[in-house]
Amino acid sequence: MTTQSNAFPESTVAAQAAPAILSATRPWCWSVRRELWENRSIYIAPLAVAAVYLSGFLLSLTRLPQRVRDLAWLDEMHQRHAIEQPYHMAAGLLMFVWMAVGAFYSIDAFQGERRDRSILFWKSMPVSDATTVLSKAAIPFGVLPLLTFAVTFILQWTMFLFGAGALAGSGLSVTTYWIRLSLVPMSLLLLYHLVTVHTFLHAPFYAWLMLVSAWARRMAFLWAVLPVLALLALEKLLFNTSYFGSMLMYQLSGGGTEAMTMPGAMPMDPMTRVTPGHFLTSPALWIGLIVTAAFLAAAVRLRRYRDPM
Amino acid sequence: MPCIEAHALRKAFGTTVALDSIDLCVEEGCILGLIGPNGAGKTTALHAILGLTPYGGELRVLGRDPWRERDRLMRDASFIADVAVLPRWMRVSQALDYVAGVHPRFDRAKAEAFLAKTTIPRAGKIRELSKGMVTQLHLALVMAIDARLLVLDEPTLGLDILYRKQFYDALLNDYFDRSRTIVVTTHQIDEIEDVLTDLMFLDRGRIVFRCSMEEFESRYLEVTVTPDHLAAARALKPLHERSRLGRSILLFDRADRPRLAALGEVRKPSIADLFVALIGNQNGAQGASR
Repeated sequence: MTTQSNAFPESTVAAQAAPAILSATRPWCWSVRRELWENRSIYIAPLAVAAVYLSGFLLSLTRLPQRVRDLAWLDEMHQRHAIEQPYHMAAGLLMFVWMAVGAFYSIDAFQGERRDRSILFWKSMPVSDATTVLSKAAIPFGVLPLLTFAVTFILQWTMFLFGAGALAGSGLSVTTYWIRLSLVPMSLLLLYHLVTVHTFLHAPFYAWLMLVSAWARRMAFLWAVLPVLALLALEKLLFNTSYFGSMLMYQLSGGGTEAMTMPGAMPMDPMTRVTPGHFLTSPALWIGLIVTAAFLAAAVRLRRYRDPM
Repeated sequence: MPCIEAHALRKAFGTTVALDSIDLCVEEGCILGLIGPNGAGKTTALHAILGLTPYGGELRVLGRDPWRERDRLMRDASFIADVAVLPRWMRVSQALDYVAGVHPRFDRAKAEAFLAKTTIPRAGKIRELSKGMVTQLHLALVMAIDARLLVLDEPTLGLDILYRKQFYDALLNDYFDRSRTIVVTTHQIDEIEDVLTDLMFLDRGRIVFRCSMEEFESRYLEVTVTPDHLAAARALKPLHERSRLGRSILLFDRADRPRLAALGEVRKPSIADLFVALIGNQNGAQGASR
């Protein structure tokens, strides 16, 4: 740092002019961007898992032609099931990564900035607490679904290209492989599943973790889990029922039946499984969204009041 | 229009009173030094002014209610808390990008010009910078914001004397003009003495002293007297008396300079001398009464 009197050049025209009026979404967009700068695991984790899975798949390609020849004796449904299995596993693995990354991100979203006192810097910027909370919520509710879909889509299509190449090299029909795989409907079904189940039905869980993160001074993970376990135990002890647990499990997994029919069975056209009308009129969806909004509103208020630790 | 206007400003943490019904008016264009011992309520007052903590009473900053309108207030106000608040994971270039992205009054060219005179690596992470460099970076960000109010809470804490001097020099030479207001707290009082236009002492949540630097310089005198003149000097009712190397130093408010000169060597006291005289006297009196 020097102390020369001519420290700054002439101000730019932009600085002399009246301050530019920022669009309402610009602080939000930059806040989302800075979340991605800070939490690189959001995109590194799915990419790393996809790379490892793809490597494993490529190694298994040597056995693919023989496996496809063995499938010729089975009926069409079982052939489809066997061919699609590694593709479904890839999607399932990346969804699990999303849930893990989303949970760890959410639980540290507001505690981290108070722990390193950077909240004082963030609050010295003209960005409201609501904008900050919504930008953090955009990670599990927007960025992670899109990223998971994109990575899964690219991974599955790469797997298909290499798989088709291996089959063609062995003189087997790529067309049959393509028809059995139904990659386009599979991708559409994946997108639908990610949006309905993993984004909307799981939203209250991420919002709850964010609320706890904004509230707890330390041990946020314990504070997130203990009240849930306490409620489960209390209900069992007092009423000998487990409605709360069933509700949680329904929202986490069983709620998928709200968006699709015939779980476990795969019709010829998987898109026939989707039931968006049923999903949109489901109480589980709307109650969950109301709870999510309430948790996020509480997080906004808590962030406003919280000091650095 | 006053930059900061507070009436009966109160804040308590449990049973501990941090701000005890403060009335305050800070005019635009002044550099106010908020001085006080640890726990006096300085940081709490600054946080209230910036809308970072809820409070009782009335408070208007740049015509706004800081608690309700923090994000809008921050378009016109800047804040440096201490050297540790810049996010350590961030790169220097990201800090510039982010502030340029969210702040409508940030002039990136100014910040770049300031950083060009430092050795701060643009691609480096903040955690890799020295304390001095982090302060330089924060100052570069803040000075490039065309704010009307700058709040500094111990901005040079933990820095060596060179960085501290450069910090205040840059602030005065490159940033301050009469359209801006600066409120600063620090324990290194002597280093900001030449910078301030106004002075305020805070103790136990109350304002115990407030005056302009012009008034401070014209009102207070210190005289070093030998033991044979001590009784005559005490008869003039000094504010405070201390001993050094066998001689007594007495501090006077509105005393007659020629009369003091007849008793010993007269000089202008420092802010620290007056602070010790006023706060030390009160604390000493309280301690004695316990």
